[in-house]
Amino acid sequence: MQTKSLISITDFTKEEYLKIMRLAADFEENPNQNLLQGKVIATLFFEPSTRTRLSFETAINRLGGKIIGFSDSSSSSVSKGETLHDTIKMVSNYADLIIMRHPMEGSARYASEVSNVPVINAGDGANQHPSQTLLDMYSIMKTQGRLDNINLFLVGDLKYGRTVHSLLMAMLQFDNPIFNFIAPAELAMPNEYKLLLASKGIKYYEHDEFTDIINAADIIYMTRVQKERFIDPVEYEKVKNIYILRNEMLKGTKENMRILHPLPRINEIHTDVDDNPKAYYFTQAKNGVYARMAIIAHLLNLK
Amino acid sequence: MEKQLQVSAIKDGTVIDHIPTKALFKVIKILQLEECSQMITFGNNLDSKAMKSKAIIKIANRFFADEEVNKIALVAPNAKLNTIRDYEVIEKRVVKTPKEIFGIVSCFNPKCITNVENIKTRFEVLSKKPITMKCFHCEKITNENEMTYL
Repeated sequence: MQTKSLISITDFTKEEYLKIMRLAADFEENPNQNLLQGKVIATLFFEPSTRTRLSFETAINRLGGKIIGFSDSSSSSVSKGETLHDTIKMVSNYADLIIMRHPMEGSARYASEVSNVPVINAGDGANQHPSQTLLDMYSIMKTQGRLDNINLFLVGDLKYGRTVHSLLMAMLQFDNPIFNFIAPAELAMPNEYKLLLASKGIKYYEHDEFTDIINAADIIYMTRVQKERFIDPVEYEKVKNIYILRNEMLKGTKENMRILHPLPRINEIHTDVDDNPKAYYFTQAKNGVYARMAIIAHLLNLK
Repeated sequence: MEKQLQVSAIKDGTVIDHIPTKALFKVIKILQLEECSQMITFGNNLDSKAMKSKAIIKIANRFFADEEVNKIALVAPNAKLNTIRDYEVIEKRVVKTPKEIFGIVSCFNPKCITNVENIKTRFEVLSKKPITMKCFHCEKITNENEMTYL
């Protein structure tokens, strides 16, 4: 059956991104709209993710929908050995929309092939988490008033971090993005993305530590440098303190600059940054509810 | 020196030539020739000017559509197909690497759902020489040297 799902960020066009931005702003202004009245939404979390699940469930509640589902697979028939295929087939008979998180990569794409109703990927292993990217974009839009001409600094784990790859892919749809990558050599932005940027004539710069160049940033997008990503623990020890953002480093940064982080934060943003008006990561999480309301409304053609 | 056919001729059918020697049994498997009831002869480690050593398969009374035969492009990218009618070659074709590959190979990513559930794999071919393919499901790229045949 032809239904529109959101599995990868590239499933949406630029027009759809802009529509999500408009709808999210509308929902932020009027957060309680009964668009999902009489509809049942399934949230299937085959692995726990409290933050993402609560954000989606808040979005559904604000839209007046009912929720069925589970928050980890031990409380579902998956623990009895049911296949993903069968779980999705069954649930798609019950619900109007499926929101799922699953540890296996490609699971959400497969679910969208099996399901009769739209599927939103709320994370499939290390692969995709497109609603995170849309809330990141909404946060950029809100704080900068535009998605064109953004000087974006991506910091931390740029090799494995799915959020930075998806954000990069989405921002390519807009005019004149400038990318600055700050990462240790072990976690540098993969070549495939650099080649893609080069092929489109888009500027990018690589740095292995924070420098005064962050004064040019519109957005600093922080991610966590995880110890388990390093083959040699000595290498981790060498770099672990280089990628920590501290309040004193923000002195010369632009007035409009905002710091984003997909959260959870460990220590990569020092707590002394939290009171700086340029710290935006908690508001960013709040924006996630409006962005998710917008995604749901769009996929179900409610707006 | 007397010239002689190393694998006997067929009256009607298909000859698949210039198969790499190591790929012979993979080609047989991909084309599901185990299930073919027609006469099949094959030779391996035959002398070849172009390849030094090659394999050949002759299948009587069996003809292949392009999309069927293009499946072997992953293992025998330089294979040539001769269609035989009444002992004469009436058509010569070369194998073309398809844009999408269904089944045949598994995704190299151990965390891909296709390696857990009973799902037919699907890949978009990104480059042909060497072959790199993007998994439709997990979006990871499998390279030629990482391919495992199903």
